[in-house]
Amino acid sequence: MSFIISLKDIERFYDVGGEVVRALDGLDLNISANEYISIMGPSGSGKSTLMNMIGCLDTPTNGTYEFENEYVHEMDEGQLASIRNRKIGFVFQTFNLLPKSSALRNVEVPLIYANISKKERIDRAKESLIDVGLEDRMHHKPNELSGGQRQRVAIARALVNKPSIILADEPTGNLDSKSGVEILNIFNQLHDKGNTIILVTHEEEVAKNAKRMILILDGKVKSDIKN
Amino acid sequence: MNKNKKKSHLKNTIKESFRMSIEAIKDNKLRSILTLIGIAIGVFSVVGVMTAIKTLENHVNSQLDILGSNKFYVMKEPALSFQRSKEYWKRKNITYQDYLDLEKLAKTPHSMSAEMATYEDDISYKDKELTKEIKIYGATFWSVRHHQFLIDYGRSITDDDIRFNRKVVILGPDIVDILFPYEYPIGKKIKIEGIEHLVIGVTGKKGEMFGENQDYMALIPASTFTQYYWDEDESNVEIVLESKSQEELRKTMDEIIGHFRVIRKLKPSEKNNFEIVNNKELANQIDGFTGGIKLFAGAVSVIALLVAGIGIMNIMLVSVSDRIKEIGIRKAIGANRIDILIQFLMEAFFLCQFGGIIGIVLGILVGNLIGFVLNVSPVIPVDWAFYGLFICSIIGIGFGIYPAWHAANLDPINSLRYDK
Ligand SMILES: Nc1ncnc2c1ncn2[C@@H]1O[C@H](COP(=O)(O)OP(=O)(O)OP(=O)(O)O)[C@@H](O)[C@H]1O
Ligand SMILES: [Mg+2]
Repeated sequence: MSFIISLKDIERFYDVGGEVVRALDGLDLNISANEYISIMGPSGSGKSTLMNMIGCLDTPTNGTYEFENEYVHEMDEGQLASIRNRKIGFVFQTFNLLPKSSALRNVEVPLIYANISKKERIDRAKESLIDVGLEDRMHHKPNELSGGQRQRVAIARALVNKPSIILADEPTGNLDSKSGVEILNIFNQLHDKGNTIILVTHEEEVAKNAKRMILILDGKVKSDIKN
Repeated sequence: MNKNKKKSHLKNTIKESFRMSIEAIKDNKLRSILTLIGIAIGVFSVVGVMTAIKTLENHVNSQLDILGSNKFYVMKEPALSFQRSKEYWKRKNITYQDYLDLEKLAKTPHSMSAEMATYEDDISYKDKELTKEIKIYGATFWSVRHHQFLIDYGRSITDDDIRFNRKVVILGPDIVDILFPYEYPIGKKIKIEGIEHLVIGVTGKKGEMFGENQDYMALIPASTFTQYYWDEDESNVEIVLESKSQEELRKTMDEIIGHFRVIRKLKPSEKNNFEIVNNKELANQIDGFTGGIKLFAGAVSVIALLVAGIGIMNIMLVSVSDRIKEIGIRKAIGANRIDILIQFLMEAFFLCQFGGIIGIVLGILVGNLIGFVLNVSPVIPVDWAFYGLFICSIIGIGFGIYPAWHAANLDPINSLRYDK
């Protein structure tokens, strides 16, 4: 069986004042299309580092990373940017929206870097916002939206380029429980529609939504349970 | 990626960068305005000075053109000199007699005239008198032509008028308007400093030249002039000469120098104690003068623009560090180095262009204001406006490149994590 993501013996070391921090320390992980994975683990165990690695924001110190049969660990900055743009949809704990741009504009930006015509950009951005239920908030700026709505804009932005995988690093971490549930519902629907999702969380409840639960400890996979 | 796609990608990026730079400028109004002012002042000083010089040059050149390029002058002192040196004013005055002597000797010039003038204020006809002093020329036969006066009606000054010291006068039209509002002036007698002169001619309207009203003057024969109105000891004549053609100018000038040395009784070892200048040389001297101003203004402008450029760089660096998070977000959603580089470069570029356009408009306005004060027709220095924009582009790109490069090379993860 072929995986869309295949991490082998991944190491990511940081040199902090002469001391080596092993954020990822010989991690192996394979992910197939349409999986719904949750990642848990104590603070500092390397979850965010792993997500950045999968999302091509970071490259391993050692090890091989294959994404759709391409060697990511050999790619240059331009190729990584292109993969992030076309294949990865990021959702962050702190939303990371452009604060001075409208919801529509925020969702449009990835399409600019994908070199898509203005008209198509607007159409697709609107469609994406409608998919997350924000059809009446398109021209609002982030500070005019609630936390849950902001995260929905971020999800719309992650989806707009029809990525191969959606990476969400503690997407509900900054939300109240009601908004959190809404966001999780969106992820569940996205999975039902065939999307591949990886979600980092501290909450058991959230993790249980996923079909596969991975526990990270000291930069290694401690357990990998399918339910 | 094929070539075409790359091209359209670049076009798209530039278009979007333009929009984003406008947004960024709007989002940081105060900062942008301060930078704009810096650039505007730099460009303003370039374009303003160049516009002012151009209006002056146009003015002087047009007037020199009217005077004609075959003309030259014998004068006591240089027409334009920066130091009023003793050497010049210690020289002997050129007298009317010198002129008459030269007239006898000179063979090659087409024509020559003596230039002498004084200001008088006691001029009247019957109960009418002038309230403002007028310029009175002592005219020889060719003076009317050399001054570009045209006799509108009546006659000009003849050799006989000069030979017999006749008390006749040619009047400018503005004087006729005052003294003869209802009468035909020819044949009437006016009084100048109590001495009666017969009006023989009236000149056509000419307007202003070198800031002087050419219609508010009178010409009387040079002989009469020296007899009644001229203090031989204190006054100094300029001699105006015209060569037969442009080709003969040099030869004629040499001949005149030779004759005039004889008249001034100079020994072969002595230097000329007079100046001989032609209009071309005058124009060249003026060019040299404006060239000096240009150089100076150029140096000042370069400094101003340099300061403005450093301002741009500073603002852009602040802008980059203010927007580290934004850069991280953009990289996370797929912006590559070149996208970020172009975005910030464009921002610096457009900031400079806006500032530049303001500076150019102000520069042209103020430059022309100077022209307006001097009563010169306005000019739009298209070339300098163009250079101004070009300079702005260079500054925008030159000083924007480092901050943009810095932004482009920020690490995406660290940028994303960055909190202000
Ligand atoms: N840029 C960095 N420089 C140095 N050390 C780093 C850097 N980023 C992460 N680390 C270290 O790597 C380890 C893993 O960090 P990471 O952010 O992946 O943890 P995490 O599992 O996401 O934790 P949390 O649950 O608190 O978000 C930590 O010990 C952290 O200090
Ligand atoms: Mg984390």
